[in-house]
Amino acid sequence: MGKGMKDNVIISVKGISKTFGGLKALIDVSFDVHEGEIYGIIGPNGSGKTTLINCITGFIKPNAGQVFFQGRDITGLAPHKIAHIGIARTFQIMRPYYTLPAFKNLIIPLWSPRARKIGGWRGGGKHGDRDTVAVDILEEIGFERDSRVPYKLASTLPTGYQKRLELARCIALRPQIIFCDEVFSGLSMSEIASMLPLIEKLKMDGITLIMVEHRLRELFRVADRVMALNFGEKIAEGDYTEVIEDKRVKEAYLGSEEV
Amino acid sequence: MEMMRKERIDRGIKVRTEGIYAISAMKEILYLLGPRLLLIVGVLLLPFFLELAPYWKRVINIMFVYSLLALAFDFLANYVGLVCLGGAFFVGVGGYLSAIFNSYFHIPIYISIPLATILGAIFCTLTILPCLPLRGVYFAIVTLMYPLLATRVIEALNILGGTNGITGIASFPHEYVEQYAVIFVMLICLFGMRRFVNEDIGLVIRGVKDNDQAVRASGISITYMKTLAVFIASLMCCFGGAYIAHLYMWAGLSLFALDFSIIPIASVVIGGGGTLVGAVIGSFILVPLSEFLRFFGTFRIVIYCALLTTFIILKSEGIMVYLQRKYHQFERWVKV
Ligand SMILES: Nc1ncnc2c1ncn2[C@@H]1O[C@H](COP(=O)(O)OP(=O)(O)O)[C@@H](O)[C@H]1O
Ligand SMILES: [Mg+2]
Repeated sequence: MGKGMKDNVIISVKGISKTFGGLKALIDVSFDVHEGEIYGIIGPNGSGKTTLINCITGFIKPNAGQVFFQGRDITGLAPHKIAHIGIARTFQIMRPYYTLPAFKNLIIPLWSPRARKIGGWRGGGKHGDRDTVAVDILEEIGFERDSRVPYKLASTLPTGYQKRLELARCIALRPQIIFCDEVFSGLSMSEIASMLPLIEKLKMDGITLIMVEHRLRELFRVADRVMALNFGEKIAEGDYTEVIEDKRVKEAYLGSEEV
Repeated sequence: MEMMRKERIDRGIKVRTEGIYAISAMKEILYLLGPRLLLIVGVLLLPFFLELAPYWKRVINIMFVYSLLALAFDFLANYVGLVCLGGAFFVGVGGYLSAIFNSYFHIPIYISIPLATILGAIFCTLTILPCLPLRGVYFAIVTLMYPLLATRVIEALNILGGTNGITGIASFPHEYVEQYAVIFVMLICLFGMRRFVNEDIGLVIRGVKDNDQAVRASGISITYMKTLAVFIASLMCCFGGAYIAHLYMWAGLSLFALDFSIIPIASVVIGGGGTLVGAVIGSFILVPLSEFLRFFGTFRIVIYCALLTTFIILKSEGIMVYLQRKYHQFERWVKV
């Protein structure tokens, strides 16, 4: 990451804390993400990764701290307002619209005021119907257009496709930032590898990605910078090699699992 | 021992896939449109048959009103995820408004009904608005309170005719107008709603039931979507209320009767939830049945409950779900 990038901070999190009853899920977490970068967040189970995403995207109100998007304070805005200004997110527990076919799942974000305002998809479908745009997006994300997969009921899709669908739902919103909550976990290394070109493509499109993963190796060669959380506290930040060598990160994963 | 298993096979007609039609032959068109035509023609011819049994005319008119209420309940419960027990409130508001317009302000019937429908729906939606964040049984209970509350308010303040109600409301100019008004509205609502839930905006509303978090994450306000849905449902119910007021030429506290909240639910259960047509068919069965059972006096409720319970145990999926399955699939016994 060049020094020049420092100026265009797109999202800035300042001193977020969140407690659930007596449990401190997040303690004074701060970080900045630059426009167009891929920022990784790792941490063992229960370290507060999902809670952090929930606080930023408005699903949970933090007890303290602020979130700035392009300099504007968005702390405590309703989730749909935060999505509307261009911050999309996936859910760790995938819940597609089960009763709808896969491509119809995208109709909902495509119908949203934001997507309707921006309109079109890769130049095409400007006035085209949403069904076509939906299949276009699914194709781009790895659903074979001519197969029956895009038309299958979302509940019958294998996990890999459901993860892609989760991401497709974000893309359909035409966001500036996507928070990905463990989109790689549960996938095999080869499945992850097959999704990498897609991530690269999103980056080329100028979308800032914040990828939350359980383990660091899943972010290998993907993330520009990585932050590590443990018991709700930020314990390290830097590029991949710095974080993997960090003593506190090693300790956090020690005994239980590999980084 | 030979084991037998029931096997179900889709009929070899491709048009079955929901939403995607590829009609090629007359036979397939008939296969698709047959049931619909049967319903439409049957309903449209009903007033002529009723000439043979004039006593049933009023029952049948009320039956169509109930089918509108059932349609609204099915839409809210099975497509939006709002179990609304406030049907009677919507009916009462529609009825009283039309009565006020017609009796107090002398607005003619063909304006007072549409006006009461629209203004009533706006009023109902605004009053339900504070309850929308409630979920499941909490929403159900609170909406159940609305008609009770309205009755008490009218009683206590002795407004709008108090316990006597509002009289002197214009009737329909002709019997056929009276019958076809509700028949046309019912058909339009039924086919309109079936269309609506498969439009893009309908999918968004269904998404609210399926996964409201994802809808919010897609930049759509779920409160807005729920408000819209309640407005659509209360349009149908307020029309029903306004219609009844003109039918009886009277608007009284019985417009808030719990029957208007409960019978539609029973109709949806019998007809098959989530099919919309089922709601209509269910009330076609329940309302005449309940009228027929009047013959048994107070014992009627016992028979009614026994029939309902038996039905629910034997065919819990509902008539429409059962029929649709039979219509679209073969069944045969195969060896395991
Ligand atoms: N809604 C909630 N209520 C109470 N405790 C919660 C809630 N959400 C998360 N927690 C707790 O906060 C901690 C962090 O959880 P989470 O953010 O899901 O971790 P991660 O995503 O890193 O696995 C856990 O101990 C979890 O039990
Ligand atoms: Mg998590």
